[in-house]
Amino acid sequence: MAAMNSPTALQRFHAYANPARFMALSSRLVAPLWILSVLVLGAGLWFALFDSPPDYQQGETVRIMYVHVPSAWLSMFGYGVMAFASAVGLVFRHPLSDVCAKSAAPIGASFTFLALLTGSLWGQPMWGTWWEWDARMTSVLILFFLYLGYIALWATIEEPVRAARAAAVLALVGAINIPIIRYSVVWWNTLHQPASVFRMDGPSIAPAMLLPLGLMGVGFTLLFITLLLVRMRAEVMRRRVRNLRLATAGAAAEG
Amino acid sequence: MDEIFHMGGYAFYVWSAYGAAFAVIVALVWHSVADYRAQTRLAETLEKAAGGRVRRAAHLERETGEDAS
Repeated sequence: MAAMNSPTALQRFHAYANPARFMALSSRLVAPLWILSVLVLGAGLWFALFDSPPDYQQGETVRIMYVHVPSAWLSMFGYGVMAFASAVGLVFRHPLSDVCAKSAAPIGASFTFLALLTGSLWGQPMWGTWWEWDARMTSVLILFFLYLGYIALWATIEEPVRAARAAAVLALVGAINIPIIRYSVVWWNTLHQPASVFRMDGPSIAPAMLLPLGLMGVGFTLLFITLLLVRMRAEVMRRRVRNLRLATAGAAAEG
Repeated sequence: MDEIFHMGGYAFYVWSAYGAAFAVIVALVWHSVADYRAQTRLAETLEKAAGGRVRRAAHLERETGEDAS
């Protein structure tokens, strides 16, 4: 490995990926991140509920957008984090990237669930249906099942290194679904509308709505990062517990 | 204030969406923090119970990764 990469870069990577160093660094980040998440989400909620106009077509239901769209962003962002960490874990065999991938899954699954649920609550009054098997909704439902399968795979295999490898392969195979979700509204004739924020010609949403949407988007993302760190810390501790138990059992067998 | 609760006749849909988001996020935060606390407490108990030799072995050899040197 050292022959392929510059040794200093690789050493630095390993130093930061060291669980002990991760625990020291993350312990200082968690509290400020909680505070920042609450502040941004509070401001976002204020604008989303009280200080933004109703839509000229959708009326007050447009406010569902401020939880639906950030949830949908995180459903894909979470999978991106999981797939990227899985790839790094497979290549570098470092335990902390497996810890990261494993910890991202339940958070991503929760936000995917929220995206589906709030979308349904928005679809009923606006489209006249709770659900439609169109390409966007179907591919997001598949994303939700991919998360569940990934979590189940971790739960099935007891030994962390083997579990991580199997789960990483599943995460990477499932990653093909991400561009399908992104472009489903372009490639197929969907009931779901096409992208209106991240487009080539700039956002097509009124500025008064873009502010709460942006704040909620940043707030949700901060919350995701905070939760990811807390769950990674819990996972490192879980492995410490496992190792201590194995060491105790080993010592007992020797003695 | 009444207008906010009424949501132009869409109160059920809008407040259900916000309520569900709130409930899921609170559950996720609670579960994450509770799990971290439980694992930390468990590790401390085990460390105390184990001798110094075992503790050092567990920390140095296993936690710094497979290629600790």
